[in-house]
Amino acid sequence: MQANVGRRNESGTSGRRLAAWAAGLAALGFATAAPAQETFRLGIVSFLSGQAAESFGIPAVNGAKVVLEAFNAGTAPAPYNKVGFGGVRIEPVYVDENGGATKQVQELRSLYDREKVDAVVGYVGSGDCLAVAPVAEELKKFLILYDCGTPRIFEDGKYNYVFRTASHATMDNVALARYLKARNVKADTFNLINQDYAWGQDSRKDFVLAMEKLYPQAKQGEDLLPKFGAGQYGTEISALMAKPADVTHSSLWGGDLQAFILQAGPRGLFKRTQMVFSAADHVLPGLGDKMPDGTILGARGAYGLMAPKSALNDWWWSIYQKAYNVYPVQAPYRMIQSLLGLKLAVEKAMAANGGKKPTPEQLAAALKGSEWDSPAGHIRMALGDGHQAVQDTAIGKTRYDAAKKMVVLDDIQRFPADCVNPPANMKSEDWLKAGFPGAKCN
Amino acid sequence: MSLALTIAVDGLTYASWLFIVALGLTLVFGVLKILNVAHGSFYALGAYAAASLVAWAAALKLAPAWSIVALLLAAVVVAAIVAPLVERGLLRFFYGRDEVLLVLVTYALFLVLEDVTKLVWGTSPYYVSAPYALFGNVEVGTQVWVGYDFLLVAVAIVVGLLVWWGLNRTRQGKIVLAVIHSAEVAASMGVNVSRVYMLAFSVGIFLAALGGAFTAPMISVVPGVSVGVIVVSFAVVIIGGLGSIGGAAIGALIVGLARSLAVHLAPVAELFSIYIVMAAVLVVRPEGLFQQTQARKI
Repeated sequence: MQANVGRRNESGTSGRRLAAWAAGLAALGFATAAPAQETFRLGIVSFLSGQAAESFGIPAVNGAKVVLEAFNAGTAPAPYNKVGFGGVRIEPVYVDENGGATKQVQELRSLYDREKVDAVVGYVGSGDCLAVAPVAEELKKFLILYDCGTPRIFEDGKYNYVFRTASHATMDNVALARYLKARNVKADTFNLINQDYAWGQDSRKDFVLAMEKLYPQAKQGEDLLPKFGAGQYGTEISALMAKPADVTHSSLWGGDLQAFILQAGPRGLFKRTQMVFSAADHVLPGLGDKMPDGTILGARGAYGLMAPKSALNDWWWSIYQKAYNVYPVQAPYRMIQSLLGLKLAVEKAMAANGGKKPTPEQLAAALKGSEWDSPAGHIRMALGDGHQAVQDTAIGKTRYDAAKKMVVLDDIQRFPADCVNPPANMKSEDWLKAGFPGAKCN
Repeated sequence: MSLALTIAVDGLTYASWLFIVALGLTLVFGVLKILNVAHGSFYALGAYAAASLVAWAAALKLAPAWSIVALLLAAVVVAAIVAPLVERGLLRFFYGRDEVLLVLVTYALFLVLEDVTKLVWGTSPYYVSAPYALFGNVEVGTQVWVGYDFLLVAVAIVVGLLVWWGLNRTRQGKIVLAVIHSAEVAASMGVNVSRVYMLAFSVGIFLAALGGAFTAPMISVVPGVSVGVIVVSFAVVIIGGLGSIGGAAIGALIVGLARSLAVHLAPVAELFSIYIVMAAVLVVRPEGLFQQTQARKI
C-alpha cells in the first residue's frame, strides 16, 4: 500500500512567477539595480504520510521549516548567521518518503532532473537509503542521508556524492549494552523484539554482538521479529512473558513502539524484565504517564531530554517549542544537524568558488571529513572516508514527573563518539566481534 | 500454564480482531463484487472517530463504562456518514464495470481517505486507553492477559452471529442473498438492488469501523494504521473464500493460530506463516475453503 506523494514548493510558484516578472521587466528596460534573485533549491524528503509520518517524518520536516526560516532570516546563532546559504536564499521542495524504495528512486531522479534541486537532504527508512544512495552517485548529484540507521550504506559501498550526517545504529546498541554494564544491570539472559526489516535486523545483530563481549555469560532467549506496522503484539508479549529474561531489547519505533508499550504495560511485562529501547525518546511526549518508569532508552544521539547544555541547543529548543508547542525529539534534531552541516559546507564551497553556487563536486569536497557543532554536540564526518558522521550519544532511564506532567529521564550517561562507534576503515560487525578495538570511553 | 493454551488464547484473540474487519470485506465483495482496498481506511476512520468520541465522553465526565458505548457509536457514525457518500457518490457509477477497475477506484479512495484523516485529525497520535483498563487482567499460570482482549472475542462472536442471522433468518437477508445469487433476476422480481447495495456497503463499513474503534484502545491512533490490517484481512478472506461469512471466521482462526504458533515456536517464520497457509489453501482449493465453485454464466 502506498499513500500519495505530497510535493510542495515552500515558496510556491508565486515566488518563481515574481522572479520571472522581474526578469521580464529587466529585459524591457524597467529593471531596478537588483537582478532576479538566485536561490539554493533544496529537496527535503521525509515521511509526510504513512506510519512513519507521526514520529519521524512530520517532526523532521517541522524542524526543517523553522531552521530554514531562521537561515533565510539570518537569525540563527553564529557561525550559522549568514542569510540563507552564504547570502543565497534557500528554497525548499518537500517530498513524501512514503511509498517504498522503488518509488523513492523515481522521486529522487525527479528532484534532480525536473525540480533542478541543488542538493537533497532526506530519508528515514534504511531500505530507502540503501536504494537511493547508488542513484545519487550514478547521477553525480549531492545527497545527504539525515536519519536512517543501517551501517551498511558506507560499509558495503563507496560514494563520492552521498553523505550521512548522523551516526549509524551500531552506536545506539553499543551504548545500550555499555550502559547496562556501567550500571551493573543484571543481564544473565536477554530477549529481543525487533521489526523484520533492515533497521530491526541490524539493530538486533549489533546488540547481540555487543552483549557477547560485555556480558559473555549472557544467554539469548526469545528472538522475535514482528513485521513493520504489525500493531498487534499480544502474541509476542505472551512469548516474552512465558520466558522472561533479565533484559529485553527492542529497536521498535513510532506507532509500533507505542502499541507495544500500551499492550505490554498493562500485562506487567515491564515488571518482569528490564526493557531497553534503542530509539524511544520520540514517544515520551505523547505517552506521558503510560510510559512505564524505569525503562532504559536511547534516542540515537544526545537528543531531546538528553541533549547537552549549550547556547545552540537553547536556541533550537526555543524556536521549535515556540512553533509547535512540544520539545524537539530525535528526528528534528537529526534534521537540524544535517542542515547545519550542509550550510557550512555550502558556504565553505562558495568561499572557494568566488561566491558562486557550488557544483555537487565542490559541495562534496567541502563536506567530506568536515566537523561542526550541532544542538546535540560536535559532529565529525569521520567514517566512510569522510562521508559518515560520528557523534556523542546518551542513554537514560524514564520516570513520569507528575508535577511537570511529563516523562523525564534520570541517570543519564553520556558516551563519547569514539567509545561507541567503530574506527575509520573498520566495519561495525568486525569491530564488535573483535571486542571494540580502539574504543576510547574516558 | 501449558504452551498449547497460550498459543490457543493468543491465536483466538488475534483471530477475533481479524474476523471483525475481514467480515465486512467479504460481505462487500459477496454483494457488490468489489474487492474494497479502501476497507482499511474505514477501519482507520473508526479508530479516529473512537478516539474523538471517547475523549468527548471523558470531557462530559461520563462514567468510564460509557467509553464502550462511545466505541460502538463511533462505528455507527462512520457508517452513517461515509457509506452514503462513498456508495452513492462514487461506487455506483462503476457497477458492472471490470473488477480490476473497481480495485483501482477503491485504491484511489484509500489514498484520498489517508489524506482526509490527516486533514481532520492531524498527524499527532491519539490515545484511547480508558476502555482498555475497564475489564482488568486475567491471570492464568505465568500469563497475564488484559480482560479487554476477551471482550474482542465476545464482540467477534456476537457480530458474526448477528450477520449470519440477519442474512439467513430475516426477510431483508433473503433479499440480499437473492441479489448475491443474481442481481438481474432479483431486480426483475421487484427487488430494489441499489438499496441492497447501499445496505450491504453500510454494514461492511460499519464492521471495518467497528474493528478500528475496538482496536483504538490498544494502539496509538496515527496515520497509516489502515495499511497493516487490510493486507492480513485479504489473506483471511482469500483463505476462507471471498464472500463467505463462515469462510471469514475459519480463515481468521487459521491465520490467528498459524501466526501464534509461529511466534511461539519459530518466530522467524511469523510473516511467512500466514502466507504459506494461504498458498497451501489456494493450491488445494483455488476458490478458498468455503466458496462454492461458480457455474459460468453465458
